Parts: sequence; C-alpha cells; structure tokens
Amino acid sequence: MTKMSGAQALIESLEQQNVEVIFGILGGAILPVYDALCDNKKIRHILARHEQGAAHAAEGYARASGWVGVCMATSGPGATNLVTGIANAYMDSSPIVAITGQVPSVSVNSSYMIGRDAFQEADIIGITTPITKHNYQPRTIGEIKPMVSAAFYIASSGRPGPVLIDIPKNVQSDVVEVDTGITVKIEARGYSPAYDPDLEKISEAAKLLTKAEKPIILAGGGVITSNASDELMKMSDLLMVPVATTLMGKGAFPECHPLSVGSVGMHGNPAANKLMSEADVLLAVGTRFSDRATANLDTFCPNAKKIHIDIDNAEIGKNVEVDVPIVGDAKVSMKLLHAALVKKLGKTEGTVWKKRVKEAKEQLSPLLKEMPKDLVPKALLLELRKLLPESTVITTEVGQNQMWSALYFQALKPRTFISSGGLGTMGFGFPAAIGAKVACPDRQVVDIAGDGSFLMTEQELACSVAEKIPVTVIVLNNSVLGMVAQWQRMLYKRRYMAVHLGNTPDFVKLAEAYGAQGFRTESLAEFRKAVKTALKSEVTTVIDVPIGSEQDVVPFVPPGCGLPQQRGDY
Amino acid sequence: MEAEKTKIISVMVENKPGVLHGVANLFRRRNFNIESITVGPSEQPDMSRMTITVNEDEKTIEQVIKQLAKLIDVLKVQELEPGHFVMRELALIKVSVPGSKERSDIINCVEVFRGRVIDVSTDSLTVEITGTPDKIDAFLNLMKTTGVIELARTGITALTRGAKSVRIDE
Repeated sequence: MTKMSGAQALIESLEQQNVEVIFGILGGAILPVYDALCDNKKIRHILARHEQGAAHAAEGYARASGWVGVCMATSGPGATNLVTGIANAYMDSSPIVAITGQVPSVSVNSSYMIGRDAFQEADIIGITTPITKHNYQPRTIGEIKPMVSAAFYIASSGRPGPVLIDIPKNVQSDVVEVDTGITVKIEARGYSPAYDPDLEKISEAAKLLTKAEKPIILAGGGVITSNASDELMKMSDLLMVPVATTLMGKGAFPECHPLSVGSVGMHGNPAANKLMSEADVLLAVGTRFSDRATANLDTFCPNAKKIHIDIDNAEIGKNVEVDVPIVGDAKVSMKLLHAALVKKLGKTEGTVWKKRVKEAKEQLSPLLKEMPKDLVPKALLLELRKLLPESTVITTEVGQNQMWSALYFQALKPRTFISSGGLGTMGFGFPAAIGAKVACPDRQVVDIAGDGSFLMTEQELACSVAEKIPVTVIVLNNSVLGMVAQWQRMLYKRRYMAVHLGNTPDFVKLAEAYGAQGFRTESLAEFRKAVKTALKSEVTTVIDVPIGSEQDVVPFVPPGCGLPQQRGDY
Repeated sequence: MEAEKTKIISVMVENKPGVLHGVANLFRRRNFNIESITVGPSEQPDMSRMTITVNEDEKTIEQVIKQLAKLIDVLKVQELEPGHFVMRELALIKVSVPGSKERSDIINCVEVFRGRVIDVSTDSLTVEITGTPDKIDAFLNLMKTTGVIELARTGITALTRGAKSVRIDE
C-alpha cells in the first residue's frame, strides 16, 4: 500500500495497461490528472487543438495498431467535444478509452458539486450512454484501478468499442492508501464475449459451402479487428471464392488479388455488387450489414443462402435474415470452418464461377477501364497507389473523397485503410492520420481529404507541426461540399443550396501559416512530384488538388434501390 | 392491455446507480416500446430484478433480448415463457364517494376483487387492488360511474412458475 491521489492511481493504472500515448486537452476539472502526468516519464501526451481531434486521433491510433487508443478532456465542453469522436468509434467498433474530468462529487470547501449546474458541468455519463460500450464514474479512489482495468478489457475485447471514464475532481485529488503494482481483477461479471462458435453451425456452414456453385465472401471490419486476414485468404484459396469487402473491411483482403472484387455498396465496385446478386451462398464475416453496404434489402443477395459470422450476437438477424448464424470470433470461426471444409473438399480448381468472376471484373470494374490522363480523382488515386509503399496507412475524410478512395484506391493490407464508415464524420481523416502516424512512426500516413471535410479539423495542423507528427493531406478540392452537391445535382434537379464553398481558403497558405508545407498541383506530373516531396518531408504536407466542382462519384445506387441498380457512366 | 400479446422479460441487473438509465436509454435508442418496467431488489443483495413488459413482434423481442444482454450491467435476460409464469400488478385507486350508498357499493366491489380499502375520508376512498392487469382494468371500469380521482399502477412484475427460475448462482 502506498499513499497516492486518485490522479496518480489513474496514471499508474494507465501505465499497467501499457498506454504509451494520450491525445488530449486539459482544463480545470482534469488538472489533478495533468499534474500527475507531470511526474510520468513513460506516457507521451499529445496536445490536440480541439477535443474532437483528440478522440479521432485516439481512434486512428487504435485502428492502425490494434491497441486501445486513449483520449482525455476536461469536464463540460471538453467532454462534449469528445462526443462526435466517441460516437464515431462506437459505430465503427474501435477500441478507445476516453477519460474526462468532472466537477466534484461532494462539496469541498463549499464548492459546487455534481447536480448543481457547476461551472463546466455536463452529464457526460448520460450523454454518452447510447454511444459507448460502457461508461464509468468512480466515486472513490479505490474504484479507479478496477474501473480502468475493466474499461480497457471491455473496450478491446469481443466487439470492441469506446469506454468512457468520468472522474470527479475530488476523486482525482484526494489522497488515500492504494494497492500498488497489482494486476487488478476485472470486475465486469455481466460481460463475457463468446469467441468460440457453435461447432454444429460450423458444420452446417461447411455443408452449404461445399454444395455452393456460386459462393461469395463479404468481409467486414470484424475481419480486420480479429486479425483474420490470413484465414480469409486461406478460405478464398480453398474455395476459389471471390471476396468483396464492406468499406470497413477494405484492406482485409489484398485488392490486387485476382479474386478480390472490391467493396460493395451504394458506391461500391459494380463487379462486387453484380456478383453479390448472382451468388448462391454468401459467407458474411464480421459485418453488420449496414444500409450503405446492402442498399435495398429486398434485392440484397436475393438468390443466396446466407452464413453470417459475427462476434456480436445482436447483429445476427438485426438487418438481414440469415440461414446459418455463427456467433464467434472471425479468426477462430474461419479457422474451424476452413478445417471442416478441407476434410470435405480437398483442393478445388477453377470453376465456371471463377471464370464468371474474372469476366464480371473485366466488364464492370472501374479499375480495369481506361485510365484518364487529366488530374481527375480516378487518375490521381490510381497514381497515388503507385507512389505509396504498400504499408502506407490511408485515412479518408467523408463524402466524395471517401467514396473515390474506396472505389479507386486499392488497399493491400489490413489496418491500412481507415475511414469513418458508420457515423460518416467529416473531419475524421486528418486527426485519425495523426493518431495513425503516432502508432506507426516508421510508415507513411496519408489523409485523402475533401476541402469541406478538411476544414472541419484543419486546426490539428498546429498539433501535427508542434508535436512533429508529419502526415500528408491530399485535398481533392472542388470548392463544394461534393457529395451533397452530387445528390442535389442527381436527385434534386440541380437545385443547389448551401453547398458552394468558394475558393477559400488558400490551402497552400493555410498550411504555411501553421508551419506545415503546402503545394498546389495542376497536373498529374506536378501531383507526382508533390507526393514524392511530401513522403520525404519532416513536416506535414498539404497538397491542394483542384478537381473542378462537377465531378460525380459514379456509378451509385440511388437511395431505395438495390445493389445491382447502379446508375451513372463510368 | 391484452395479456396474450404481451411479452414479459425478466432481467437480472447489477444493483448500481445508472443501470435503469442504461436500460431505459437502450429502449429509446433502439426504438423499442416499453409497456411497463418494474425494478426492485432481488434474492441477491447486489442484484436487482427488472420486469419489462413489451408489446412487440417475435423479431423485435429477439433484438430486445440480445441488445439487453449486451449491456455490461445486465447479468441475465430471459423472456418468460407464455403460460409458465405468474404475474401481478398493484394499483392504488382513489375514488370519490358522493354518499353512503356509493360508499357501501364500492366496498362491496373491493371485497369481490379481493382488494383493500387503505384510506378513508368523508368524500373519498383509496383502494388497493392486486392482480393481473385485466383484473385491475375490470375494477377501474366499475369505478367509472363514481369517478376515479387518482390512479397509480405499478406495472407488471412476474416470476416463472415452479422451481425453474431466472437467477444467477454465484
């Protein structure tokens, strides 16, 4: 037992969880924790310029590395500014722990306390209940260590997600005798994620797949979360089955592989969308069947028997009725399924279906169509793939930039394509890139951005320069909020409202104002040169690429239509 | 409320602050409708039992149960099998009493319904009725003529029949 403050107990617990970095912004109600951080030599604190940036950075860190990302903020506005980032992590099942200060839980020297509308008080527990996997508010110092252990365990296990710990200021500053150095038992008896699937279901799935003539795999973010890319590859090899991914699953399977058909969905690869609707057995792994991935459910894989592997039992049957539900970890389940199939199958050779996959790709995949010579998004993203090492981590903003990236930029490895899939948070990509760079300092990190999205969190340029975290931002600059402009153009008879941004700001000067470097590129040759310079740079680089304001992401599935009903020439 | 359509879910939860908020929040967020919810201590001092009554179709009920099970503070969730549980609701009903004839009529009714008069004033009676929601509805129907001044119902609480149980053994 040692005498320590709640804040010191917190920092010690974070150290025990091997936390090496915290993204945060301080304030009155979290000062004791920052005071304790002052004496700590192991944990790096990165000062974000807005708490939303801190939360997204923590998520970028988590998704690039697979470890838990940590963000921290003060009470009230500090905590509420984290909310978008927490909601984003919740929708995309990313393991982050958010720590917030809170006003005192008891009155100290007649100070105002919780419930009295004290200065910078917000009920962040109430606010984050629907957007966290769990949240905690310790009322005594003794609770801190068990809660931190449980928070990290809950955030990172099963279907990962954000956990928030809200610590009243008096609990941070009070000093009591605390157990030190002991690994604390995790007190969350209502929580026991099931990793091992029901073997009967595995054998049912194996039966279906053995008989399948036109099977397809749909890989979601869960494959990346459970590090199951090798198992996915083995499965595809064994069955000679094409692999489509969701946006969140991008990178789970190398998109240069002959059996990769790209991502499905509203702006998915037409080859993937078409083959999904032709398939007779669907093996969906680690996906929650989001509406952007399935489009209209009536025409989603209409001919297929469906096998669904997911670690979250609540996802089974939530959106899509399935024939064989498998509740379990993607990696464990695919290993078992593979073993069951090997017994039945031996090695399969190419079939009629394999030929059809090749043919569909040749006919439909936009990647195999003619390469444009102008500086349009497609040319730029195909060129970018050539310029970047395989290990480069890509983040995206949200909107056209994101959908173009999904369509044209081939992700080759897991954890190298990080995008805001579920919540669709504009402004996610840049702070997430900073977080990813902190997790992978030896790799290149590139944020593919739009001008609208980048402006939502560009102040983190200050953070990236001051903290020496160089990343590259490619701004596909069309001077409009492109995706909504596209919808207004296609679905609202070109009645443009509130989408034009004008040619402001000057992104080169903006970058320079922050001490970063900026380039404007008007041709593919200039773009190539700028990217090469950026990759060698020791400061963050912003590459402004004017692309004209009327470019569409095509083809697309209009709202209410099914996957095969894609519209638009491409 | 039609008893046969109504599904009853028994939920064992941590006896901690904020747990009811978490459960209620889940119902709101997932667009499930709660008919009633009752919470109180259970046979285990550190656990509470919630009895939730919902009027939803099979598929929705399945989602309700799965989503509830995901909450960290929820320890066990089970739909009570139709016909294999006992349920009760308690109602406190304050009725107006214009004269002595009405007073004795009401007291007769209360006896028939095996209720109890628990408070009396010159122009009102407060009655306690326990039973199924149907029984309480029937009693309320009879009180319409004299007039109900105030009504408080607890919502359904229920347990499985026989030795089968929804409990957690440490």
